[in-house]
Parts: sequence; C-alpha cells; structure tokens
Amino acid sequence: MQFFIEVLVGGLLSGVMYALVALGFVLIYKASGVFNFAQGAMVFFAALTFVGFQEVLPGWLGLEADSGVVFWLAFLLAFIAMIVLGIATERIVLRPLVNQPHITLFMATIGLTYVVEGIAQMAWGANVRGLDLGIVDEPIAWLMDNYEIGVSKFDLFAAGMAASLVALLAILFQYTKVGRALRAVADDHQAALSIGIPLQTIWRVVWAVAGFVALVAGMIWGARNGVQFALTFTALKALPVLILGGFTSVPGAIVGGLIIGASEKLAEVYVGPFVGGGIEGWFPYMLALAFLLVRPEGLFGEKHIDRV
Amino acid sequence: MFYREAGQFKASYAEDSQIFPIRQDKIGFWVLMLVFGVAVPLLTNEYWLKAILIPVLIFSLAAIGLNILTGYAGQLSLGSAAFMAVGAFAAYNFILRVEGMPFLVALVLAGGTAAAVGILFGLPSLRIKGFYLAVATLAAQFFIVWALVKFPWFSNYSSSGVVTAQEVTILGYTFSSPEAKYVLTFLIVAFMALLAKNLVRSSTGRAWMAVRDMDVAAQVIGFRLMRTKLLAFAVSSFYCGVAGALYAYTYIGTVEPEGFNLDLSFKILFMIIIGGVGSIMGSFLGAAFIVLLPIFLDNVVPLVFGDALGAGFVSNFQLIVFGGLIIFFLIVEPHGLARLWQIAKEKLRLWPFPH
Repeated sequence: MQFFIEVLVGGLLSGVMYALVALGFVLIYKASGVFNFAQGAMVFFAALTFVGFQEVLPGWLGLEADSGVVFWLAFLLAFIAMIVLGIATERIVLRPLVNQPHITLFMATIGLTYVVEGIAQMAWGANVRGLDLGIVDEPIAWLMDNYEIGVSKFDLFAAGMAASLVALLAILFQYTKVGRALRAVADDHQAALSIGIPLQTIWRVVWAVAGFVALVAGMIWGARNGVQFALTFTALKALPVLILGGFTSVPGAIVGGLIIGASEKLAEVYVGPFVGGGIEGWFPYMLALAFLLVRPEGLFGEKHIDRV
Repeated sequence: MFYREAGQFKASYAEDSQIFPIRQDKIGFWVLMLVFGVAVPLLTNEYWLKAILIPVLIFSLAAIGLNILTGYAGQLSLGSAAFMAVGAFAAYNFILRVEGMPFLVALVLAGGTAAAVGILFGLPSLRIKGFYLAVATLAAQFFIVWALVKFPWFSNYSSSGVVTAQEVTILGYTFSSPEAKYVLTFLIVAFMALLAKNLVRSSTGRAWMAVRDMDVAAQVIGFRLMRTKLLAFAVSSFYCGVAGALYAYTYIGTVEPEGFNLDLSFKILFMIIIGGVGSIMGSFLGAAFIVLLPIFLDNVVPLVFGDALGAGFVSNFQLIVFGGLIIFFLIVEPHGLARLWQIAKEKLRLWPFPH
C-alpha cells in the first residue's frame, strides 16, 4: 500500500510538470486557435536562455555567480527574450497566415520548432547544463519517518509552483482588463474585433504569457533533468495531457496532467513488467486515445457541433 | 505557345478522361520516364543513385501515402514513419520465415500488413477529428516503434535490434548493384504513383475529397464515412508500408526500429506541405526538395561562411533554414511546389503573348 501511494504521489507530482507544459499550449490555442507545436522548443529555449544568462552575467557585471541578483536578472532577461520571441512569432509567422486553415498554422509551428531549437543552440551551445534552484531532490523527512512514504521535496516544490502559476493566470484572466479581452478573443474572434479589441495585441500578450509559462516549466524541468535538447520532448509529453483535458481548458490541462502522470507511473510499475517495460513512452497516448473514444472533445473541451 | 492544347479534340469519353489529356503532357511524361528510367542509371554515378535518387523515389512513395490520407482524405497523421517501419519489418519477416518467398509478393504482403495496422489505428478517426486525431496518430508512432524494439521476434532476435535486409532476387536475378536497385525502385514507384493518380481520379478519390472538405456534408449526401476513412487509412498505410520495405531493401540495407522515429514522420509531412497537399506530383517534388536541401546546405554553408564556424554551427544553421523555409513556403505558397508548376504551365500556355 505504501508503495502504491508512493508511486501514485510521484506520478501526480510529475503530472504537474506535464500540466505546466500543457498550460502553454492551452493558452495559445484558446486565444488564437493555433496548435503551437513549438511550445516544447520554447521550453527549451527559455531554460537555455536562463542558464546562459546565469553563466555570462557574473562576468559582465562582476557579481558573485550564486547571488540572488544574478538569478533574478537572468530570469528577467530570459522573460524578455521570451516576449521578444513571442512578438517576433506573431509578426513574422502568424500575421501573414491569418485566415489560413488550422492545419497550415499547425505546420508553421512545426517549422517554428526547428527555428527556435536552432537559434537556442546557436546562441548558447548544445552542452548539457545543470540548473540549480536551491531545492534538493530528496524525500521529505517527516513523511518518510512517520508513514514511510518517499515524496521528493523538489516535486512538491514544482507542484507548488504550478499551483501558484495557475492561480496567477486565473487572476490575470478573471480580474484584469487584458484578461477580459483575452477571454473575449478566445470566445469569438469576430465579436471581439467588432467591439474594438485589438486582436494582434492580444495575440502578442498571449504568446508572451505562454513564453512565461514555458520559462517556468523549463526551469523546473531543467533543474530536474538538466537543461538539454531532450527538454523539447516535453511537448510530446504534454500532448496526451492536452487531448485528455481538452485543448481549450486550463483546468483540463491540470487535471489531464495529474491523470496522465499518475496512470503512467502506475502502469509502468504494475503493467510494465508483464510486457517488458518502457511503456511510459506510449501509454499516455493510448490512454488518451481510449478516453477520446468515449469523449471526443476531452474532459473539459468545448463540445463541437457540426453544421452543414 | 509551347504548351497549348489548340487543335487537340476529344472524340470519346475515354479520351476525355485520360490521365494526360494534353499531348504535350503525354510526351513530357514519356520523356521523364525515359530519362529517369534509362538515361539516369546509365549516366550517373553511384553516389547520386545511392544518396539522392533512390531515397527521393522512396520518400516520394511515402509522401504519396501520406498525401492520400492527409491531402485527399483530410485526416492529419503524424505516424507515417511507423507504418514504414511496419512495412520494412513485415517484408523482412516474410522473406526470412517463408521459404522461397518472392520479393514482389513479400512487398505486397508488407504493404498489406501495414494496411491492416493502419486500419486499426484509423478506427479512432471515426470519432475524433482534427488535432485530436493528429495526436492520436502519435500513439501509433510511439506504440509501433516500441513494439518492434520490445519484441525481439520482429528483428529475429538480433541483439542490437538492427536487421540486415536480405538480397533482393526476382526470377533468379539478384539486384545488387546500385543501378539495378535504382531501376527496380523506379519501376515500383512509377507503377504505384500511376495507380495512386488513377485512384484519386476515381469515385474513391472523389469520396475522399468530399470527406476532406466536410465530412458531415459528405455523410448527408450518402458517402459512408467509415468505409471511406478506413479505406484512406488502409491505402495510405499500404503505400507507406511498401515505401518502408523499399527503404530497407533498396536504400539503406540495415534498419532498426528507432530509425523510423517521429522526425521521419515530420519529414514526410514536410514533403507534402512543400510539395503540395493533395497532389501526387507534389509528393515527388516535395520529396526531392527535402532530400536535396540538407545536401545542398551541407555543401553551400561552409563555402559561404568558411570552415571556421564548425560542424555545430552548420547543423544548427540547417535547422533554422529548414524551419524557416517551411514557414516561408506556407506563407508564400500554401499549395506548394505543385501549384508553382501549375502556374508555370498557365504562363507557358500564353507565352509570349500577354493574354
């Protein structure tokens, strides 16, 4: 039983990390209808930029490498880089493709994936780098002593970050002017345009916010597994989360992430040995696929009504 | 002026519904067949055949397969490489395990196996649409590659999972030289491309296009969605499967499941985007473009920037150019190279007069 709970909690917490990446997808899809395949590359780009600035800033400014100033300055600069990337994407890729079919936009973002990966590695090199957030990846002693359940501090921290990020986004969406405009655009482009909401500004904001989410996700993933090219595959992990939760739902991304994370780990532990292991790679997809057969629009997705 | 159909009258329905109704096209087609079927293997060297022409042909076939599914039937798939893997390993096992299995029969069986798997993974398309389906096809991509790695039976218990394709023998003749392999590939690809061209002009193709344009409307006017969609999955996977088998047998010789990864699926997707979605000819143009581009960049980038930049820079630069070109194509010509060819034909028709 203890083992089961341990696996379950570990899965749920890693699911939070998937949800973080999925969140970036949902934001952009909701606001602009673009299925942004480049989200994984953006996570990689953001993490690499952050680590890169952390490396070069002490030399430029003559500061201690481990001082808080460097950390926050690097964070700020990486965020600015993400904003620039978002604006450039909107300007160069999305604006000329307005009114094209969704599949065209999707394929453009696959192209964007390559460009972003190339730029990131060209600017900062392709070495694997460590990223230290100052939280040790060790079991929480109290839980370990009293219940003999190993839950990593780091995972808990990641979950806390994700929760606060979601809360922040919820506040942004519900209580600010920009948030209202974002929701209006997500609801109906034309109606939003006709009451004077500038569509392109909103898109830029959304890409910047998605860039911020990518930065946070990239830092957490990077601290876990090192900042390396494999970070781009986080996008692939996020896809089953998305179809499970629905492309248009922020709570869906979170719930989907938790379900995928938990079931993937449980399946690996309890089913994996019977078929030779390594099923983590495809199990989430199969689960999502089976789920879609019952609910084709995902858990919280908008029900699609076909009209002729 | 050079491309004008004036004076070519059609006196029967058969003449009207030919693949190449215009005489110039017919001549052009046979010239192309002669050039690529006879002149090219006689005149080019081994490098060109092995590194460029054979892969272009094989990827064209895979691109035709994906084009049937995505371009004609409108079902976006990100798993075409997995179906190629099924074809490659099915052909390997059929030849390995069945005594005296003729190569061409094995090829058809390999395609058939891929088609069966394709139908299986096409089943969700009846419920799921659009991006949800695209992500669902990723399940095929990951599951098939995993299964091929995990069950060593498929690779005949080879310790590394790599299999070496057997010799290709048809009627006692062994296709071992690059020229012979090229001609074999060329004949198979040309035959299947013609078949595909005819298929998409038939009622089947029209049904696919109706489903692509709006599946509910197609259903309302009496197309059976299930049959049409699954047929598209089957035919598409058949083509990908045969392409995969050729990939193993006439191109690289040794294959491993991991070679058929998501990157390859994306490459095939790019081929049809750049070549032209919903065009058989575009599949060829796109495949040629995608195969030639890295070779071109490999040779040109060091020439322009010098060697000082190092291999890492070149490969990253390639990534950027590759992605940039895809975006560029989507923006400038969403219908791909095939559309450019059509525009050229229109221009040729009028040239040198302005109207």
